Amino acid sequence: MSDYILEMNHITKEFSGVKALDDVNLKVKKGEIHGLCGENGAGKSTLMNVLSGVYPYGTYSGDIVYKGETCKFKDLKESEAKGIVIIHQELALSPLLSVAENVFIGNEQTSMKGVIDWTATRKKAQEMLAKVGLEHEDVNVPVNSLGVGKQQLIEIAKAMAKKVDLLILDEPTAALNDEESKKLLDIMLELKNHGVTSIIISHKLNELEYVCDALTIIRDGHTIETLNKGVDEFTEDRVIKGMVGREMTNRYPVREGVELGKVIFEVNNWNVYHPDDGERQMIRNINISVRAGEVVGLAGLMGAGRTEFAMSLFGKSYGQKISGTVKINGQEVHLNSVKDAIDSKLAYVSEDRKTYGLVLIDDIKHNMTMAALRKFFSKKGVVNANDEIVSAEEYKKRINVKANSIEQTVGSLSGGNQQKVVLAKWMLTQPDVLILDEPTRGIDVGAKYEIYCVINDLAKAGKAVIVISSEMQEIIGTCDRVYVINEGEIAGELNKDEVSQEKIMQCIMAHNRKGGE
Amino acid sequence: MSINIKDVLKKYTMVFALIAVIIFFHAMTGGKMLLPQNVNNLISQNAYVFVLAAGMLLCILTGGNIDLACGSVVCFIGGIGAVIMDKNIGFVFAVIVMLVGGILVGAWQGYWIAYVKVPPFIATLAGMYAFRGLSNVVLQGYTVGIRNEAFLKIFGGGADCYIPDLFGSGSFNMTCLLLGIVLVVIYIVTTMKGRISARAKGYDIPPMYSVLIKMIIISVAVIWFFFKLANYKGIPTSLIWIGIVLLAYAYITTNTTMGRYLYAVGGNEKATTLSGIDSRKVYFFAYVNMGLMSGLAGILTVARATQAQPTFGQGYEMDAIAACFIGGASAYGGEGNIFGIVIGALLMGVINMGMSIMGVEANYQKVVKGIVVLVAIIFDVLSNKKKK
Repeated sequence: MSDYILEMNHITKEFSGVKALDDVNLKVKKGEIHGLCGENGAGKSTLMNVLSGVYPYGTYSGDIVYKGETCKFKDLKESEAKGIVIIHQELALSPLLSVAENVFIGNEQTSMKGVIDWTATRKKAQEMLAKVGLEHEDVNVPVNSLGVGKQQLIEIAKAMAKKVDLLILDEPTAALNDEESKKLLDIMLELKNHGVTSIIISHKLNELEYVCDALTIIRDGHTIETLNKGVDEFTEDRVIKGMVGREMTNRYPVREGVELGKVIFEVNNWNVYHPDDGERQMIRNINISVRAGEVVGLAGLMGAGRTEFAMSLFGKSYGQKISGTVKINGQEVHLNSVKDAIDSKLAYVSEDRKTYGLVLIDDIKHNMTMAALRKFFSKKGVVNANDEIVSAEEYKKRINVKANSIEQTVGSLSGGNQQKVVLAKWMLTQPDVLILDEPTRGIDVGAKYEIYCVINDLAKAGKAVIVISSEMQEIIGTCDRVYVINEGEIAGELNKDEVSQEKIMQCIMAHNRKGGE
Repeated sequence: MSINIKDVLKKYTMVFALIAVIIFFHAMTGGKMLLPQNVNNLISQNAYVFVLAAGMLLCILTGGNIDLACGSVVCFIGGIGAVIMDKNIGFVFAVIVMLVGGILVGAWQGYWIAYVKVPPFIATLAGMYAFRGLSNVVLQGYTVGIRNEAFLKIFGGGADCYIPDLFGSGSFNMTCLLLGIVLVVIYIVTTMKGRISARAKGYDIPPMYSVLIKMIIISVAVIWFFFKLANYKGIPTSLIWIGIVLLAYAYITTNTTMGRYLYAVGGNEKATTLSGIDSRKVYFFAYVNMGLMSGLAGILTVARATQAQPTFGQGYEMDAIAACFIGGASAYGGEGNIFGIVIGALLMGVINMGMSIMGVEANYQKVVKGIVVLVAIIFDVLSNKKKK
């Protein structure tokens, strides 16, 4: 009947009241490579999780028609049985098992029930590898002895072993270099010739332009448009326009009456290498400076190296072979540990509050004072519990943490209130420079506004604030100046009057092209 | 603020369990369970459990990490002390050597665990074998007797050593009861003082009636306990040592930065490290401290037995671990307190003693103990699940 292998119609998915997807439509033709693009948080991955059954039927509304029949997947296994395989950004390989074992993991080649047929496993693994251009690879070596690029291909081989009809790749090239990316994309084209339909999610628009037959743009949980190769204009500029073209509303409080002071934070020639791979340079010659009272944004796509940069500054919490100089208040400082950083009045609020920010089983009071305990809330190793209570109460009021009391367990708070607790924790260390990494990730609009107010207050108090965010709107709305970072380098610097989403994307694209050549 | 009965029940589950178990054995043994002599034995027989559990709690707080070696270390340290005293060198020197020895053993294990990242289970399993072997080496496989009077008197020697009654003789030990009364008065005064100052500063305070109820229950329990002891021979010396250790550790865990860090590391090590706290130092502290407690337990053990044997301390580590887990320490770290381990140690002690009085065969006693530990942990796991 139709030439569509997949139709997702009017998909709406809510997370505790917030619509992550709102009436999204996606139609994929049989045998094509369909690109899916949009900003971080636009809903791409959510959509794919709906499709593959990670979010089971019933938790979303709308319907999925696959190969002409309506599907109601309860879990990943059901969608896989139909030939839909999703490969996530984080590889799902068991690092110490061999290549052959990984290819057939969960899908073992068995002779009798439960007994592995090693000959068949190895032989068939070889066949699958041949399909992804790895015919010369030894299937007996552990997977972690191979590079990331090859591991990504092994993921695809694993999908092939499951008799895939529709392959979904979520940012497959994010961790790959250009050569590896090219190879992977060529394999995709090769698979297409064998009749496999693919959906690829990527931020690298040049790659999408290269492989895709059609491209659907998602923004804020809505489908904006679908562009077809040969029919519509199919260029990066056109796609960027679709990705970011929305109007600004008053989502950011105005910052008034802040006088910019002297430069109080300065980083020069900052270089960092990957913690496990001393050859791989993650940060290359970054120079930034921030003035007192200034809010500076670090814009860029996920994986651009912003978090790595910030953490390497913060007492060398990331990377190795770190070189460069840091000046705080005009003085060069050597931050060899987090303690040094705190003592030098630098604070870093992590992007992942649950893993790196909070002790979830402990209460608000203890979490707030954790980083400042040594300096401000104790004498000779004995905690001053009264001061602690007073300060915790003060900050709870000041930044409006909604909780019954400061004794409430942090794990029971909402994301927005947890984020406020983390902010309070770092404000209590009395820093002059604050790096806020994705300060509003995963929190609702109201709480976001309150966090922006806190940022304004910090600027008014003469602090230097650095905001890292993948939401360009947020960067534009909150920052006086923006550094665009791409692949560990500064790709551009934009002032408030010239910054726009298009400008930021252009910086990134220009930098990508330069790197590619 | 009001008091929710359900919360109280949940918070003090193990206390209620302890009371239930005591009543059960009291009935089953025809009242023998609560004879003054047995109350006294409960403390002095289990002195090592309280001391080791206090050390173990700190390790467990850092992330459910345990020390399997402490039983062997108790024997090793006790053996060293016995040999030194056997050579008629002063007991003060022996005690210092034993405590410092404990600290060194702790530092040895702590170094591997904290700085080389050897999993605690494995590092201390190695220690369990090695120090058991060394105990044999030190004692050359024999029993070494202890005759140093001062040492035995101070550390509860011969299982028959009490604080002398200041008010002369008589079958009732007045000093003992007075001590109990003094403790109760101190407790009431500090509680009320804290309450008044909290109110002055405008903090939320629990309602008066709940504080009173708690105060009355605790006061009655303490007076009753000392009254029982007074009816036998008074205060066993080991109780003084237990008291010092428990008070010190209650203070460390609640009022010091290091105490706070122990909980923080166990709750979320990454977040703690990124807050400028060196988690390695925290692990190291926990294990050095465990060594010190093993040393003290070694002293108490050989003093009680008036001798050192190469087989001493076997299974002590398990008793300490069990007391912690029964007392509500989380197997994942970050949760637990000294009050809990006291209850845990008492519960195990009462079950042991009750079954012995009833004449339950030793093998079945172990089965019952095993089940008690399992039930306590199941409770912990389930209550954690509900929180999520």
